Amino acid sequence: MCRLFALSSRDPVSPMRAIEALNVMKEGHDGSGVGLFLSDLGGPFGEMKDAPILSGIFTDEGLKRLDAYMGERGFVTRKTLELDPRTKPPLGTPVRGSYIARAYEAPADLKAKSQAERELAYMLMRVELRHMGEDKEDIRVFSFWPDTIMVKEVGDPMEVGEYLGLDRPELACRRILAQGRQNTNYAINLYACHPFFLQGVCTMTNGENTAFVPIREYLLSRGFPGYMGYQSDSEVFAHIMHFTLNRLQFGIEYYKHVITPLSDAEMAEHPDQALLARIKQTCRKLIIDGPNCVIGCLPDKTMFMVQDRKKLRPGVVGGKPGIFAFSSEICGLDAAIPDRDQHADFQPMHLDTAIVRPECQEVTICNQLQSLPRPH
Amino acid sequence: MQSTAVITPSTLSVNDLPWQIEWDKNTCTLCGRCTSVCPVNAIELGVHRKRTVEALPGLPKKPTNSYSIYHGIRQRTDPAYRCIGCAMCNMVCPNNAIAPRLRPEATTLKFHNNRGGAARTRGGRRNDGGSLLDQIKFIRISMLTDPALDAGRHEFELRTLLGRIQPPEEGLAALAQNGWVPAVREIYPLMIGSMSFGALSPNMWEGLVMGVTYLNEELNMPVRMCTGEGGCPPRLLRSRFLKYMVLQIASGYFGWDEIIKALPDMKEDPCAIEIKYGQGAKPGDGGLLMWYKVNKLIAAIRGVPQGVSLPSPPTHQTQYSIEESVAKMIQSMSMAWGFRVPVYPKISGTTTSTAVLNNLVRNPYAAGLAIDGEDGGTGAAYNVSMNHMGHPIATNLRDCYDNLVISGKQNEIPLIAGGGIGKNGNLAANAAALIMLGASAVQSGKYIMQAAAGCVGSEADRCNVCNIGVCPKGITSQDPRVYRRLDPEKVAERLVDVFLSFDTELRKIVAPLGRSTSLPIGMSDGLGISDYHVAERLKIKYVV
Repeated sequence: MCRLFALSSRDPVSPMRAIEALNVMKEGHDGSGVGLFLSDLGGPFGEMKDAPILSGIFTDEGLKRLDAYMGERGFVTRKTLELDPRTKPPLGTPVRGSYIARAYEAPADLKAKSQAERELAYMLMRVELRHMGEDKEDIRVFSFWPDTIMVKEVGDPMEVGEYLGLDRPELACRRILAQGRQNTNYAINLYACHPFFLQGVCTMTNGENTAFVPIREYLLSRGFPGYMGYQSDSEVFAHIMHFTLNRLQFGIEYYKHVITPLSDAEMAEHPDQALLARIKQTCRKLIIDGPNCVIGCLPDKTMFMVQDRKKLRPGVVGGKPGIFAFSSEICGLDAAIPDRDQHADFQPMHLDTAIVRPECQEVTICNQLQSLPRPH
Repeated sequence: MQSTAVITPSTLSVNDLPWQIEWDKNTCTLCGRCTSVCPVNAIELGVHRKRTVEALPGLPKKPTNSYSIYHGIRQRTDPAYRCIGCAMCNMVCPNNAIAPRLRPEATTLKFHNNRGGAARTRGGRRNDGGSLLDQIKFIRISMLTDPALDAGRHEFELRTLLGRIQPPEEGLAALAQNGWVPAVREIYPLMIGSMSFGALSPNMWEGLVMGVTYLNEELNMPVRMCTGEGGCPPRLLRSRFLKYMVLQIASGYFGWDEIIKALPDMKEDPCAIEIKYGQGAKPGDGGLLMWYKVNKLIAAIRGVPQGVSLPSPPTHQTQYSIEESVAKMIQSMSMAWGFRVPVYPKISGTTTSTAVLNNLVRNPYAAGLAIDGEDGGTGAAYNVSMNHMGHPIATNLRDCYDNLVISGKQNEIPLIAGGGIGKNGNLAANAAALIMLGASAVQSGKYIMQAAAGCVGSEADRCNVCNIGVCPKGITSQDPRVYRRLDPEKVAERLVDVFLSFDTELRKIVAPLGRSTSLPIGMSDGLGISDYHVAERLKIKYVV
């Protein structure tokens, strides 16, 4: 089962800190993939918070096509970080080209538009670039979003981290999601590597999603171009979160009511019974059937962890004011934040959502039996 | 046969009949029970003359003859009195001396089943034992990547929704603004398919209703039963148990005078209204209750004279087009109950079902679509309709579900599948296969008759006389001398047995699939079949 590790820190930290935590959980992943989501960046990228950053892997030909594509749309490069490994790749990692994070200056007409319109434009461009690269595999894009960098590659996380030289100041950041993949039943494909990103929402999951096919069909039929991909059964968790936040206009507290609604008996006692019953009924196709542990980061940089009742080995969240981590195993947490109060570690159970707000002061637990904030 | 008898084209021998009576002279006690119980008078007292030749060895004397008479059974060979294989003779025989045997190679009767130019009518199913649903396997087994669930210990959510479900944005907005929300019922996914009061005997109906009530009130299983076209007993209409019933309206509107009259006195709303446009067993035909069965009680409930055949027209006569007929009827029915009751049409499986469905998608009051496949049963229909008309349920359901997926409405209009579910006894497996192909619920009538009341009908043209009121088990008869054989209490008990065992089997299927939090509607990745073309057509896995 895949290993997951996420950090939320007041001060920027190196992504290698998360990779090292994955390394202690090594027995749980098989080197079939490593994925990183880095946000709330420090370093030079942190000084251009509004500039959308394109993350991906490009061959030389792919880079030319990218430049032509971005040029046509009036996007001007502001800063490029190129991870161009000079050494031989580790065993199992192919030579693909340049790993790039490039911040752009958006054209003036796009800048003049509303935030929602800009966000839609960024997302559509990412999807289009992804399609452009599908045939020749010369373009692979993982995110195109302000203040966000993503890296994905096949291989052992530690070896890939060292190979790509991830321990560099440009990549220091305050929110990190990292996954070491254990291949289960889907082919090794870079796009199947977690975390999955859509318009500021990013999640990663371990476990198998039994209800994958009906959920995928439901999301694909929402008519939203960002609901695509699904090389992994876990991608739907990110998209359900996106659906919850953007379509339903609910906050994080509602996510678990969408994916794992209360039983009718539990609901009968709930102060928001009518609303919850309506959510359960109308979002029935989004009910997951685990076992899954989902860790993610929201557009406002809030990080969370949830799991369903079938998850027999829950993940854990712990830390100290200023830095908190979510880990699929306690040993990962021990490696990353050894000097925390271990008694305050929390393993969310089937009703809980563990939330760490961007201030990184505490872990808030939201229980499904509690009353909900009014939808806004 | 007399040596001087005339042989006509329809003169048959016992060997021309598919069901042939075997009778053992040695064990027969001549009690006469078999001849009196036979519902079609296929056997009669036989007075047989027997000659015995006595020839001693070595010819000391000339051989002599002796003549004797013995009594026994004679099987009639007149097509009108052919044996139907019900085996009631065997059931009542104290010595097991008599039984019908099927000789499938004896096909001559098939050519003479239309005496007087009347094409054969009968009840039952298509008389074809083959079942595609039986071939579908559940191939996704959770073990290591996903913990296996324990069918006996885990909690499972085996309920489904009947009614129009709004898209999330609309449904949540309606709640916030106190807007109208369509009625949605949470029910058990196996429904008792429509069998009318009239097609079924009063005892059978009473037994089913008692069983359904017990399942709901004592076992917390929200099982629903559809009335079929024939109304509903007035006391039931005015009782709190009406909520367990789906009232059917069909093209003859039989029984609806009583239902409308009872409206002001109803303590509860019915579960739903089913508008029958078609039936899988006899597509293009209306309902048919033959005159044999229209006695005083049935006539009163249906509002018709006694002793006349009641053929419903093939279509609803007041309507002209799909837009009008479906929309207007759904709206009228919804209005009758103040838009508090789900109203859905039932059609027979057909290549045009997706057109009907697409029409319903645009109608916000349409609460679902029931599709009845060619293997469905009936109380009365022409043999040719049953055997040759209709569309198999699997592809029809799949096409409809795929259509909903394309339009993004797969959670909004429940599809109810029927027709041949459990025809070979595999009720839960067939039901689960259809659910995973996209059905929200399944309907079965014939299986319930077989399992809860002992109907002896089979797919080998056994019995199949539901239409003429002589049902040997009293299930489809309106003759009190026959239906008193059926104890309603025992029917109720058996019905409860059927649902409890179905529930266990359904858990045994969904537990290894790893599904427990919701019914696996449309979870087609868990299905496989060893027929490549079927796999391609149904978009499930091809496994060998």
